[in-house]
Amino acid sequence: VQESFGNQSFRMERKTIDLEQGWDYMQTGITKLKRILEGLPEPQFDSEQYMMLYTTIYNMCTQKPPHDYSQQLYDKYREAFEEYINSTVLPALKEKHDEYMLRELVKRWSNHKVMVRWLSRFFYYLDRYFIARRSLPPLNEVGLTCFRDRVYNELHSKVKDAVIALVDKEREGEQIDRALLKNVLDIYVEIGMGQMERYEVDFESFMLLDSASYYSRKASSWIQEDSCPDYMLKSEECLKKERERVAHYLHSSSEPKLVEKVQHELLVVYANQLLEKEHSGCRALLRDDKVDDLSRMYRLYHKIAKGLEPVANIFKQHVTAEGNALVQQAEDTATNQAANTASVQEQVLIRKVIELHDKYMVYVVECFQNHTLFHKALKEAFEIFCNKTVAGSSSAELLATFCDNILKKGGSEKLSDEAIEDTLEKVVKLLAYISDKDLFAEFYRKKLARRLLFDRSANDDHERSILTKLKQQCGGQFTSKMEGMVTDLTLARENQTSFEEYLGNNPAANPGIDLTVTVLTTGFWPSYKSFDINLPSEMVKCVEVFKGFYETKTKHRKLTWIYSLGTCHLNGKFDHKPIELVVSTYQAAVLLLFNTTDKLSYNDILTQLNLSHEDLVRLLHSLSCARYKILVKEPSTKTVSQTDSFEFNAKFTDRMRRIKIPLPPVDERKKVVEDVDKDRRYAIDAAIVRIMKSRKVLGHQQLVSECVEQLSRMFKPDIKAIKKRMEDLITRDYLERDKENANMFRYLA
Amino acid sequence: MPPRSASKPSKKRSNPDSVTSSATGPVPSASSKKKASKEVDGTDKLFDKYANASSGVIDPEGIEKLCSSLEVPHTDIRILMLAWRMKAERQGYFTKGEWRIGLKALKVDTIGKLKKALPELEKEVREPLNFRDFYAYAFQYCLTEDKQKFLDTETICQLLDMVLGSTFRAQVDYLIDYLKIQKDYKVISMDQWRGFCRFCNEISFPDMTNYNLELAWPSILDDFFEWLREKQA
Repeated sequence: VQESFGNQSFRMERKTIDLEQGWDYMQTGITKLKRILEGLPEPQFDSEQYMMLYTTIYNMCTQKPPHDYSQQLYDKYREAFEEYINSTVLPALKEKHDEYMLRELVKRWSNHKVMVRWLSRFFYYLDRYFIARRSLPPLNEVGLTCFRDRVYNELHSKVKDAVIALVDKEREGEQIDRALLKNVLDIYVEIGMGQMERYEVDFESFMLLDSASYYSRKASSWIQEDSCPDYMLKSEECLKKERERVAHYLHSSSEPKLVEKVQHELLVVYANQLLEKEHSGCRALLRDDKVDDLSRMYRLYHKIAKGLEPVANIFKQHVTAEGNALVQQAEDTATNQAANTASVQEQVLIRKVIELHDKYMVYVVECFQNHTLFHKALKEAFEIFCNKTVAGSSSAELLATFCDNILKKGGSEKLSDEAIEDTLEKVVKLLAYISDKDLFAEFYRKKLARRLLFDRSANDDHERSILTKLKQQCGGQFTSKMEGMVTDLTLARENQTSFEEYLGNNPAANPGIDLTVTVLTTGFWPSYKSFDINLPSEMVKCVEVFKGFYETKTKHRKLTWIYSLGTCHLNGKFDHKPIELVVSTYQAAVLLLFNTTDKLSYNDILTQLNLSHEDLVRLLHSLSCARYKILVKEPSTKTVSQTDSFEFNAKFTDRMRRIKIPLPPVDERKKVVEDVDKDRRYAIDAAIVRIMKSRKVLGHQQLVSECVEQLSRMFKPDIKAIKKRMEDLITRDYLERDKENANMFRYLA
Repeated sequence: MPPRSASKPSKKRSNPDSVTSSATGPVPSASSKKKASKEVDGTDKLFDKYANASSGVIDPEGIEKLCSSLEVPHTDIRILMLAWRMKAERQGYFTKGEWRIGLKALKVDTIGKLKKALPELEKEVREPLNFRDFYAYAFQYCLTEDKQKFLDTETICQLLDMVLGSTFRAQVDYLIDYLKIQKDYKVISMDQWRGFCRFCNEISFPDMTNYNLELAWPSILDDFFEWLREKQA
């Protein structure tokens, strides 16, 4: 465009162009353009023609008034479009329908844009000065507005219907011209002239409604006919197709809205019916381990707000039911069988619970993509059934027994080191679900003590390993005593070596009996009853000798002897052959009495040994009524009574050269529960005092809830117990009630 | 105005070894007292009528005598109220000092006046602020040993009847029934005792609809509530 032509400043008298004259000339250009657009044989504009048209406009706008025709030309510009549209474009469109109409529209729109482009070039001078001066819409906009007002507004509804019909046709499986739809919808976008409003209001809103109703119809029949997995497959497929649809011809902004509608109709409306389908719903899928279907279910519901909640809930219920079934099974077996086999069942239970956990953790990680909702569901499910009692044993006790079985000699020697490590790891994880962790700790400690003191521990590394794992999970305080116990044993061995050295250096001190002493640090070890039995003189000497040795090492410690834990090797000089008897210290004390006398009455023994009836009966029973009858009881009834008398059984024999005569273990469960209850009272007291000391004044409900929270790491405190401790602290002047508000407490320094 | 020590018109000569103190020694005749105040005189005379000659304090026997003079049963709450007024420390005993405090507060110095003052005393004690103090005092008063913090349930039952019986008959009757039947609590603390009074004052009875187990009521009242609910069912 030779713009510079207009800037030449030589004074040439331009001939004034009169409006009608000028417009006639312009009209030729416009007509030529129309002919080109209509596809009629017409050569393209050459540069001279173009220049002439442009210059004509330029001159008519730059003439001196009253011949500056800018306004008129601006109007005529618009009129040119209007005329063309009314005479040619609109009629052409109105006579067509459906897909044909769409094609025509696309063609006409394209033509219109070309027309706007060319005309606005011819009339360009108006754009440069006139419109700015008068704040009028630019030529481009005028042109588009004409199409919008005259064509688009007339037809957009019909067009929209045609488009939607094609969309639904495609949904039903027929092939459609996607490029055509794309072009049509581009019109809606472009006609908005920078805003998406036309697209959204005139097309999208209807399209969404139609889509919703389409899928609503489909869903209502599919939900009746299809199984849950099939329905989900169809839904997944539909969503995929709709996304493709957007990619191919809808505007990208429609995607989230369309997807939401489809999801709503297919998955939200029928969520309940789908998930709860009797033979194929979520429960059934879990039951039948349909991992793929469950993964699909997750994928589909993941994107829906709160969509996963019902799924997680069903998952939780399923796991809980499975867990409860295991517990019930164990309970049933226990009541139907004898005591020993029952405990085996309980161990089997723990194994099964571990397996259950492993199984469903895989689900959580893989099917459910590690989603927190499912981790939570699994955790809550386990917390429900892991805290049930089985045949009178709490889960804490069962778990401790399970550990004991793995760690003791003869317990799990068939398993490899790795398998044991793995099991220990899993057991510790299970502990997280048990609310009475302190009870577990106490049972564990008692059994650990037994393993350590009677040399029943299979493998030191495993012992330490589980303590490390427990420490990681429950904190240092949980394992500090247990670690102390293990250390004590190591020290005890060193100590024994020193003791033997000492004996070597002091032959006079030697008690004449091989003596091994294990010194335990009070506080680490469980508390043991130990009452003053009258020891036989040989043993008394041992005690004295060790005491002498011990005092050479430390003067500030007190030794308390726990004879109930001691073991004694006696040589039984029986008629047939000598047999070594491995017995407890107490049993040895009883037997040694018979070195001086052949026959003793119950009361004789009682007086000589200074034991309680309960303990003596147990001892005598183990020696006279159990498997190995070292003593002969008169009368030979099955139980020991206070009128019995006993005699050394010289005729006793056995094919072994050494036999162990066990003392049936006292039921420690009651004591453990008592000890733990006592510790809990102190723990509650300490928690209350700690909280009140820092808060100074606190309301009752808040105090209780903070207390529960602080203690929850170790156990679930009983609210009544907390109340009682609070009242006790009031009586002990640690706390007082506020004078105005009895529900408020104050710390008393 | 002559100094006090000289204004003892009834006295001829002071007896050196008849100095009296409320805590010790035999009680000599009124004429040998140091203080000349007529009020104290009368009060002290009255005290002597009931006090034990050798111990110098009013003992349980003396209190019984006092009660019959006042025509009041000796398990009557008004004696307890009197003790409260006196700030008496030891159950069953009134010292001279306590006697003086009490009677001075009541502004009486004869048995007749004392008797007349009892209704007024009762009214005063039943004022909310005073009653709270009196109620706690009642518990304290029954503690006999040093460092004792609890009272046995039987004593509590008697106290409840005496102190709250007239105002909260129904509650007291049920509470006493419960305390006698239950086995969990052998003794009652001050906090629990206070709880009973609060319960009677705040909880509508016998429906107990405004009782809330989640609040800080002493556990014994939670248990009482549950026991009564079951009974009512």
